[in-house]
Amino acid sequence: MEGSRFYFFVFAIAILASPALSDLVLSKVDRRIYLTSHIVRISSTLKVENAGPETASEVLLAFPEQQAKNMAYLMATPHEGKGKVKKPVVALPVEVANPKDMPPALTFYSVSLPKGLAEGDSFTFDVLAVFTHALRPIPEQITQADIQLVLYQDSAYYLSPYAVKAQSLTVKLPDSRIESYTKLENTKIHGSEIKYGPYENLPAFSYSPIAVHFESNQPFAVAQELVREIEISHWGNVQVTEHYKLIHGGAQSKGEFSRLDFQARPNVRGASAFRYLVANLPPRAHSIYYRDEIGNISTSHLRGDSKKTELLIEPRYPMFGGWRTAFTIGYGLPLQDFLYESEGKRFLNITYSSPMVELVIDTLIVKVVLPEGSSDISVAAPFPVEQWQETKISHLDIDGRPVVVLKKTNVVPEHNQYFQVYYRFSKLSMLREPLMLISGIFFFFVACIVYMRADISISKSSASYLAKQQWEEAQAVIQQVQNIISRCLATHDKLEASLRDLYRTGDIQACKAARKAADGLLKELSKELKPLLTTLQSSPSAAQVLPKVEELVTKERELQEKVMVKHSTVVDGYEKKSGARDIENRVALQQQKLTALRQEVEDLLEFIDEI
Amino acid sequence: MAAPETSTAAVPSLYTNNALRNAFGGVLSFFILLLIGVMAFSIRLFSVIKYESVIHEFDPYFNYRVTQFLAKNGIYEFWNWFDDRTWYPLGRVIGGTVYPGLTLTAGTIWWLLNSLNIPLSVETVCVFTAPIFSALASWATFLLTKEVKGTGAGLTAAALLAMVPSYISRSVAGSYDNEAVAIFALIFTFYLYIKTLNTGSLFYATLNSIAYFYMVCSWGGYTFIINLIPMHVLLCIVTGRFSSRLYIAYAPLVVLGTLLAALVPVVGFNAVMTSEHFASFLVFIILHVVAFVYYIKGILSPKMFKVAVTLVVSVGLAVCCAVIAVLIALVASSPTKGWSGRSLSLLDPTYASKYIPIIASVSEHQPPTWPSYFMDINVLAFLVPAGIVACFSPLSDSSSFVVLYIATSVYFSGVMVRLMLVFAPAACITSGIALSQSFDVFTRSIKFQLPGISSNTEVDAAETSSATAEAQNDAVKTEKSEETSKNRPSKKSKKKEKEEKPSTKAKAEKRLIALPLDSSVISLLLLILLGAFYVVHCVWAAAEAYSAPSIVLTSHSHDGLHVFDDFREAYAWLRHNTDVDDKVASWWDYGYQTTAMANRTVIVDNNTWNNTHIATVGTAMSSPEKAAWEIFHSLDVKYVLVVFGGLVGYPSDDINKFLWMVRIGGGVFPHIKEPDYLRDGQYRIDSQATPTMLNCLMYKLSYYRFVETDGKGFDRVRQTEIGKKYFKLTHFEEVFTTHHWMVRIYKLKPPKNRIRGKTKKSKSKTSSASSRAKRSGMGKKNPWH
Repeated sequence: MEGSRFYFFVFAIAILASPALSDLVLSKVDRRIYLTSHIVRISSTLKVENAGPETASEVLLAFPEQQAKNMAYLMATPHEGKGKVKKPVVALPVEVANPKDMPPALTFYSVSLPKGLAEGDSFTFDVLAVFTHALRPIPEQITQADIQLVLYQDSAYYLSPYAVKAQSLTVKLPDSRIESYTKLENTKIHGSEIKYGPYENLPAFSYSPIAVHFESNQPFAVAQELVREIEISHWGNVQVTEHYKLIHGGAQSKGEFSRLDFQARPNVRGASAFRYLVANLPPRAHSIYYRDEIGNISTSHLRGDSKKTELLIEPRYPMFGGWRTAFTIGYGLPLQDFLYESEGKRFLNITYSSPMVELVIDTLIVKVVLPEGSSDISVAAPFPVEQWQETKISHLDIDGRPVVVLKKTNVVPEHNQYFQVYYRFSKLSMLREPLMLISGIFFFFVACIVYMRADISISKSSASYLAKQQWEEAQAVIQQVQNIISRCLATHDKLEASLRDLYRTGDIQACKAARKAADGLLKELSKELKPLLTTLQSSPSAAQVLPKVEELVTKERELQEKVMVKHSTVVDGYEKKSGARDIENRVALQQQKLTALRQEVEDLLEFIDEI
Repeated sequence: MAAPETSTAAVPSLYTNNALRNAFGGVLSFFILLLIGVMAFSIRLFSVIKYESVIHEFDPYFNYRVTQFLAKNGIYEFWNWFDDRTWYPLGRVIGGTVYPGLTLTAGTIWWLLNSLNIPLSVETVCVFTAPIFSALASWATFLLTKEVKGTGAGLTAAALLAMVPSYISRSVAGSYDNEAVAIFALIFTFYLYIKTLNTGSLFYATLNSIAYFYMVCSWGGYTFIINLIPMHVLLCIVTGRFSSRLYIAYAPLVVLGTLLAALVPVVGFNAVMTSEHFASFLVFIILHVVAFVYYIKGILSPKMFKVAVTLVVSVGLAVCCAVIAVLIALVASSPTKGWSGRSLSLLDPTYASKYIPIIASVSEHQPPTWPSYFMDINVLAFLVPAGIVACFSPLSDSSSFVVLYIATSVYFSGVMVRLMLVFAPAACITSGIALSQSFDVFTRSIKFQLPGISSNTEVDAAETSSATAEAQNDAVKTEKSEETSKNRPSKKSKKKEKEEKPSTKAKAEKRLIALPLDSSVISLLLLILLGAFYVVHCVWAAAEAYSAPSIVLTSHSHDGLHVFDDFREAYAWLRHNTDVDDKVASWWDYGYQTTAMANRTVIVDNNTWNNTHIATVGTAMSSPEKAAWEIFHSLDVKYVLVVFGGLVGYPSDDINKFLWMVRIGGGVFPHIKEPDYLRDGQYRIDSQATPTMLNCLMYKLSYYRFVETDGKGFDRVRQTEIGKKYFKLTHFEEVFTTHHWMVRIYKLKPPKNRIRGKTKKSKSKTSSASSRAKRSGMGKKNPWH
C-alpha cells in the first residue's frame, strides 16, 4: 500500500518536475545493488558531463524519501580506472542540499567536485550508499520451518535530477532462489544476479519501480541500542565494554519452537535463525569476556593472530525472528596501540563503531572515559555525531572522570572509522590514587599506633585508677614470688629425683652433688625472695593477700627443711649401708609430712593464683 | 612422677623472658589468625575459579533479588515492599517475611563501598559476602574457644572451622544465603555470652544482646540460641554454680534480646508468643527466684531462712501451679501447641513426614546418613569425644557450655541434615580443644625428655636405663597422674579458670601428665597425619563437592569439559522474549530463580508459605491436560516451565520430584490420589505405568516429542523407555526448549481456538460437559475416577 502510493507520488514528480536543474548530464551510470546481507549497499559509478556553458562544481544526488530515511551512510569517491595502483582515496565532500524548485519528496545531497567542470568536461566518481531496514520480510510472520523471504523495492532507472544517457543496474542476491522480481525490458537473470538495462537517454527524474522478492537467511542482527564504553587507564590499558541489546530484525517467528526439529535439521528447521555473531577485535585484545546480567555465557570461541582477534559469540539461544537478547562483551587493549601524543596533547585514536560483522545499530552511544584530571578535551569525528560531556565516578575518584559521549543513530559497519579524542593530562595525576591508598593505610597504622600507645583512661588521679595501678604492681610482685616458690618446689623435685637415682644406682656421690647444687640454688632463691616480701609488706593494696603469701613462704621453708632432713637421712642410711627397708621405715613418717606440706603449699599457690 | 620432676628444671629459665614470649606469642597468634581468615576466605573461592562469579542455587537468588531492591530503593522502601511478582495473585510482603540480616549486611557493604567510590556491583558484593563472613566466623570461633580453653585451643578451633566442609557447603562464594552470616552471628553470640559469664561485665552483656539481635535478623535458627543459653543457665543453677556473673550474662540477654528481637518484623510478637521462646522466660523466672533466695540467705540467719523457705515454697508452689496451668491451657489451645512446623519436626523427627509433606519434600530437611557426617565434618567426628573429655577436666562454666552445645547440636543435626551447620562449629570447638590439649601433652613430654632442651643430665641417665625399668616407671607415673587428676577437682573447689593465667594452669598440669618420648613422637605424627587428612579432605570438598553453583552443570567427557547452561538459557529466553507481566508456572523450586533471573511473575516459589497455592500447582501438574489448562488459566498463567533431565541424565528433574507434587496436591485436593500414580506401590514411567501417570500434565510436558530424539524414548535418569511415546498436546504448545532439553517452556493455547475445536470433538467423542464448575468438573472428567 505504502509502496504503491509512493510510486504514484514519484511518478507525479517525474511528470511535473522541471526538465533539468542545470546543464549537467550523466553520460553513464552503473549501479550495483548488493542485497547479500540485511544491510543494503548501492554502489554507483557516475560519469558527469557538463553540457552547459557555466562551470559546475557540484553534483546533486537524489534519493526518494523512503530511502533517505533508511540511509545510514553515503560516500562519494573519485573513480579510479581498473588496474591502477591504489592510492589513498580522498572522499569527496557530501552535504545535504536543499535546491529550490525541487519536489519535496526527494532528499538531495550535493557532491562537491574537486575542481569545477568546464563545458564539455567530464568527471567520474563512485557513490556508495548504505541503507538499513530496507528489506521488508514478506510474509511478516513465519514458522520455524519456513524460510525467510524479503522484499526489496527500488527503481530500475537511476533517479536523478539530471538526464541520464546510458545506465545499467545489477542486483546481487545472496543466492539464486528468487520468489519473484519485476520484469522490465532488458531484464536478465544470471544465477544470483538480476540485470536491468542498459537503458539509454532517459530524462531527469525517470522512475520505474522494481521489486525483488527473494530468500534471505542472512542474520538480521540489529542492535537496538549499543553502549560502548572506552575507558583509558594510563597504567597501560584501554578497556572497552560494549552493552548490546540485540534483536533479530527479520520475519517474526510464530507458532511452536521445537528444539528437536532445530537440532535434527538446523538448516531446514530454523534456517531463518542465526546462532552466532562474529566480532573482529583489534589485535592484542586481552581479558575478553562475554556475559549478560545473569552471568557468564559459555558459548564463545576466540581465535587470534597478529592482524586481528576473532571472537565468535553465540547468544544463549538461537535467535529467531523477533527474538531479543542482551549481552555485554568487554576486552582490554594495550594503551600504546591507541594512545598517541602530539603537540603536548594526548589523543586516543580508536574505531567508532562495534567490531561485530554485519551488524546494524539503531542507536550507538560511545562513551570515552578519560582519566581523572584530564582537561582541554576535544573530539574529531569523521562524520557528524551528537556529543556532550558527563562525569563518571569510578574507583577511588574524588571529582570524577570526564566522559565524552558521542551518539549516533543508524550505524552500519562502514562507520567503523577512527575518531580522535584530544585531551591534556599530566603524568603526575597518575600517582594520585596510589598515593591516596598509601597515605590512607599509613594513617590507619598511625592511628593504630597512637591508640595502642596513648593512655585514654578518663582520669589519672582518681583513686580507683591509682588503686588499680598499685594492685597491678602488687600482682606483678606476687607473680614473682610465685615463680620463686615454684622454682623452689622444682628444686625439691630434683632432690627427690636424685634420691630415686640413689635407690636405683646407689651412686652416693652424685646424690651429694645434687644436694649441693640444690642448696646453693635454694639459698639464692631465698635471697631473691626477701626484697619482694618487703615490697609486698609496704604495699597497701596487697594487704589482703599478704597473710597468704607469708604463709606460703613459711610453709615452703618448712617443706624445704623437711626435704633436707629426708635427703640427709636417706643419704646417711646409704652411707651406713643400712638396708633399704630400714631407710624406708625411717623416711616413711617424714614422707607423710612432706606430702601433706607439699599439698598445702600447692593449695596456697593455687589460691593466690586465683586472686 | 619421674619425668615431670626432671623436666621442671627448664621452667625457671623460661620465666625470665616471659614478657617477651608473651609479646611474641601475641604477634604470632595475630598473624596466624590473619592467615586463618585468609584461608577461610580463599578456600571458598573455588566456585569462582572453577565456574564464575555467580549466585548459586535457589534461595540465594531470592536474597540477591531482595538486595538489589534494597540497593536500588533504600531501606524504607524495602520494609514496605509488597512483591507482586511472586505468589500471583496473592503477592508477598517481603519486608515483613524475610530475615533481613543478610540483605542489610550486604546492602550496607555495598553502600559503604560505593560511597568510597569503589563501584562494585551488587552481585559481586553478594557473591563474596559468605566468604568474608566465614573469615569472621573463624575469628569468632577463636574468641569463643579462647574463652573456654585458652589461645592454643582457640587457634586450632579457628583453623578447623575455617575449612570445615559442612560450613563450606553453605558459604562458598556465591552461596548467598542466611546461614553464611548466621553462623558467624551464632558463634559470636555464644562468645559474648561466655565472655560475660567469665567477666561479669555488663558491657559484654549488652553487646551480647546486640549480637543476639543480629542473629535474630539473620536466621530462624536463633531459636537455638534462645533455648541453649537458658539450658546452660539452668544447668549452672542445678549444679550449684549460680553467681552474679551468671545473672549478668543471662538477665540482660533475655530482656534486651527479646525487646530487640521483637523489632524484627518477621519475628515480631512471636518473640513472646511462641513456645520456642518459653524456655528462656521460664529460666529467667527461675534465675530470679534463685538470686532472690541467695540474697535472702545472705541477710537472714539460717534459722529464719528455713522458716522463710517453707513459707515461700508453699505459697510459691500454689502460684506456680496456677500460672503453669494457665500457660498450658493457652498453649494447648493452639493446634500445633504453639510450635512452628519446622521446630516440631525437630522435637519429633517423624512429625513432618506425617503431617507436612511440604517440609518433608525438601531434601535438606531429611535426617542425614552416617556418610554425610563423614563428608561434612570428617575427622572431627573422632576428635569430638576427646574434646568433650577435655572439657570435663576441669569443668568450668564455659566448658560446660561447650559440652551442652555439642550435645544438643548432635541431636539436631541427626534430625535435619541442614542443622549439620549448627553442629559443625561445636564440633570444631571441641576438636580444637582436643587437638590442642593433646598437642600440648605430647610436645611437652617431648620437650621435657629431649636432652638438648632440658640441660639436666639426669634425663640421659633415665633414657639409657633398661626398657623394663622404663615401663615400670611409666606404669607408676600414669597411675599417679591418674590419681592426682582424679583428686584434683574434688579437693579444690575451683570455680573457674582464669584465662589470663594459663601458664600457671598449664604448669599445674605439667606435673601430672607426661608420656614417654617415642610414644609421644609417634602420637604427634599420627595427629599431624590426621590433621593433614582433614585438610586434604576439606580442600577436596571445597573444590569438588561444594563448589558447583547448580545453575551451571559441567561434565567431563573424553573430549573435554562440557557445560550445561540450560537453566540460564531458559531464564534468559523468558526474560527477553516474553511480555514483562506474563505469569510463569513451575514447581516451586524454580520460583526464586524465575523471578530473579527471568524477572517474570511466578505462581509459587521457594518461600513455601501458602500450602494451598502450592497444592494447586501440584494438582495442575498431576492433572490431565485439560484440567490442568483450566487451573492454569484461572491463575492467569501464560507459560509453564518444566525441568526435564531425561535426555542428558540430570537426576533432580521434575519427574523425580513429581510424587511430591502429587502428595502435596492430594493433601489439599483429595481427588488427586497418590496410589493412582503408582503401579503396585512403585513409581514408574515406563510401559507399566498407570494411565493416570501417563496422562498427567507433567508426564506430557516432560516427554513431548521426546521419542523422536532416539526413536525409542529412552530416559537416561530412570534408565527405561518411556511408557507413552507418541502423543500430541491439545492445550499447550512448546515455545522453547533449551539446548540439552533440561528446561522446557510451554505456552497455554489461547482459549478461543480451543473451544471451537474442542466442542466439535466433545460432541462426537465424549459427553463430558465443559461448562461445569472447575473443581467438580475436574473430578468428573477424570475417566479413572
